[in-house]
Amino acid sequence: MSENKSFWAKLKSWIDGDEVIINADEYISTRERKDKVIGENMLGEKHAPAEKLRANSTLYRVLSVGITVCFIVVMLGVVMDLPMFGDPGSITNNEVAARYLEKGIEETGAINFVAGMILDYRAFDTFGESNVLFMAVVAVLMLLQRDKKNVSAVEDKEMAEDEVFDGQDSKIILQKGAKVLAPIVILYGIYVVLNGHLSPGGGFSGGSIIGAGLILFSAANGHKKMQTFFTVKTLTKISVACLLTYCGCKSYSFFTGANHVGWEIPKGTPGDLLSSGFILPLNICVGLVVACTMYGFYALFTKGEI
Amino acid sequence: MSQLLTNYYEAASVILFGIGFMNLLLQNNLIKKFIGLNIMDTATYLFLAAKGYVFGRIAPILTNGIIDAEYYINPIPAGLVLTGIVVSVSVTAFSLALVLRLYKHYGTLNMDEILRMVREEEGE
Repeated sequence: MSENKSFWAKLKSWIDGDEVIINADEYISTRERKDKVIGENMLGEKHAPAEKLRANSTLYRVLSVGITVCFIVVMLGVVMDLPMFGDPGSITNNEVAARYLEKGIEETGAINFVAGMILDYRAFDTFGESNVLFMAVVAVLMLLQRDKKNVSAVEDKEMAEDEVFDGQDSKIILQKGAKVLAPIVILYGIYVVLNGHLSPGGGFSGGSIIGAGLILFSAANGHKKMQTFFTVKTLTKISVACLLTYCGCKSYSFFTGANHVGWEIPKGTPGDLLSSGFILPLNICVGLVVACTMYGFYALFTKGEI
Repeated sequence: MSQLLTNYYEAASVILFGIGFMNLLLQNNLIKKFIGLNIMDTATYLFLAAKGYVFGRIAPILTNGIIDAEYYINPIPAGLVLTGIVVSVSVTAFSLALVLRLYKHYGTLNMDEILRMVREEEGE
């Protein structure tokens, strides 16, 4: 019983993010100061001294060149044994690809076979990708957001200069150009997203184009103007809503025993805009997530806030 | 050898991968290191795209109403390249954010300098 208890105590402290020290008070009262020990003898063992490292750097360079050359030679040997480029009988063109191509339109309703593949047969893969993008933007937000602990006088000065520059009419070519181009770029991005199941493109490419349009607008009109309609809250809300919609669209079949409750999502006529089941809404979700992510990266890397 | 000349896309992608790897190992500048990482990613996309191509076939989008596996190239590598691009963008953004924080703290992008400063900080 006592073992059990200690396990739960350990688990609790692990979840709370503490170090796993059960009798913490006792430990603190009896422990030795660590920094003293480091100063005396541990430093020499922990890191090799700088002179030794410098002597090793030549060896490191020679070794890394050698390893890379060995790698290239071995891989070129593998390439020699690969199936011929463009060979129809190659082993990569197996029954999986044939199934996607022959039954794809019947089963997904998408004219673009790749869209049908990534958003229907392999939709969970794409869900993971969208989550990776969202997590990347959240991680960059954590690292680069200008908050209490991430400020410096030099940067504040630069930011103030940028704001003065944004207020002036000094970038008239960029501003006039962006006035014409940004709506067209964003409109084209929306077109690419909406036609993802009909033509080349889809959520990822269209989302990047929308993000590029947002970046153009932000670069021309200043960060302040962008913040009137796009802040961290907007980004979080749009991304989370899109990811949850995606999750709901694709996980309903789990809850209904994977038999779709005897109701197939209407596929429509292949070739229509409103066709191919869930692929259009999923493309829109992915496109919004990607657009927010792209603009978020730009804003965080330039200004430190969205 | 003739195999290598026929498979020149794959051969080029392998060499490109090696160049990127060498960059990753030998560059001292952290941003150049991540450029090397991106070159490696690009080599992978080239390899995948080359493996999906078949002579005389067209892009996998329904054309003229023909539904036949003999008419289109392999769509699977396209999906894999998409995954690769997304992950590469995320990893690059994350690592560049880390590099930016390092630069703000140490005032240099040179990895040896940063390591030296870390050692000095620990020594004191």
